[in-house]
Amino acid sequence: MSDGKNNRRERIAKRIVQEFPDNSLVNLGIGLPTLCANFLPADKTIFLHSENGFIGLGPVPQKGSENPDIVNAGGMPVSILPGGCYFDSATSFSIIRGGHVDATVLGALEVDEEGNLANYMIPGKMVPGMGGAMDLVVGAKNVIIAMEHVNKNGAPKILKRCSLPLTAKKEVDLIVTDMAVIRVTPTGLLLEELSEGVTVEEVVKATGARLTIAETLKTF
Amino acid sequence: MKPVVTPKAAVAAIPDGATIMLGGFMCCGQPLALVDALLEQGAKNLTVVCNDAGVPGMGIAKLISAGRVRRLITSHIGLNPEAGEKMNKGEMIVDLVPQGTLAERIRCAGAGLGGVLTPTGCGTNVEQGKQKIILNGREFLLEEPLAADYALVVADICDAVGNAHVGKSRKNFNLVMSMAAKCTVCESRSVVGMGDLCPDRVNIPGVFVHSIVEVKQ
Repeated sequence: MSDGKNNRRERIAKRIVQEFPDNSLVNLGIGLPTLCANFLPADKTIFLHSENGFIGLGPVPQKGSENPDIVNAGGMPVSILPGGCYFDSATSFSIIRGGHVDATVLGALEVDEEGNLANYMIPGKMVPGMGGAMDLVVGAKNVIIAMEHVNKNGAPKILKRCSLPLTAKKEVDLIVTDMAVIRVTPTGLLLEELSEGVTVEEVVKATGARLTIAETLKTF
Repeated sequence: MKPVVTPKAAVAAIPDGATIMLGGFMCCGQPLALVDALLEQGAKNLTVVCNDAGVPGMGIAKLISAGRVRRLITSHIGLNPEAGEKMNKGEMIVDLVPQGTLAERIRCAGAGLGGVLTPTGCGTNVEQGKQKIILNGREFLLEEPLAADYALVVADICDAVGNAHVGKSRKNFNLVMSMAAKCTVCESRSVVGMGDLCPDRVNIPGVFVHSIVEVKQ
């Protein structure tokens, strides 16, 4: 845990991309989840979905060659890769809600034992709106949370019960943090993997929910 | 044939209190000339339906900044701090709607449907005040259609009867909004004669469009 914030975030992203199957469609949220795009495995065909209206999200173009008609969900210039296609918002969310997105990666403020997720508002403080997050979490086949294990005050973000308004109920499948990989199962949270150099005790201490420890713990 | 008019003429009849749909996603695919004309025209107490509140200084953000928007129906205001301030001060009502639900409610109105059943928002604040329907063991929210008096949309090319093509990531909400308003104005980069736009390229059928504004780029 002595490595810097960037290394920790990269480690999370590198672990998450292993969850994407070959020939899959993935939607990455803003911030840490976007980092996953830098580590997509070269031996798999993975397309990124951009909820504002296309599949085949590509890298940010070089300065001067941006096309203002091709932007990502944050409104920033991007590119479209061969094999991509454009569509309107109704089709974009049909793709999302209809179960055609294989995995979505989002950040979280809180996530709990039942797989409930809170990531879109802090009443009285931050009310940006849910954007496409509620649809993505309900519709994607695999909902992966990418986040630091504790908040900036060192308090757990994985809780027995979320206290903030929910983005969705019982939809989270996997939580990947700088410390651990935790799967949401019908019987609660299962600690499956530890980040290199992190102990079970440290994870348990940094988690506000009950963890079952897998029989064989892998390292990532 | 549809009238091809100036931006000023296209928005001249919009009254105070009107409900206006505004295409665009973070200003990409937003009819910026029509928004500027509306700003100049002075209509106030507007209800605006738009995916987001944009970023300060451009498009929808200018209407919000000028205090013209009484109610904003949107999915996201996080990149426009002024929208948040106005909401907190009670100067503007903000109805936050999940983005997919927003698109589908608008489509619903344009398509003549009575509502849509979506799993999105079940178990969250979004379900407050809505009917919950269980079908085949799964919970859905009944979301009602969302219609408008005016829709201001964009196209890349538009013919004399209003058939239009909008390309790339400019499509976003323009397609569904064009069919959900009593009066739809299309701000197109070019206007061509009948027969000069391939029917296969049309993604906004002219039947939805009432007037056309040409804004060359």
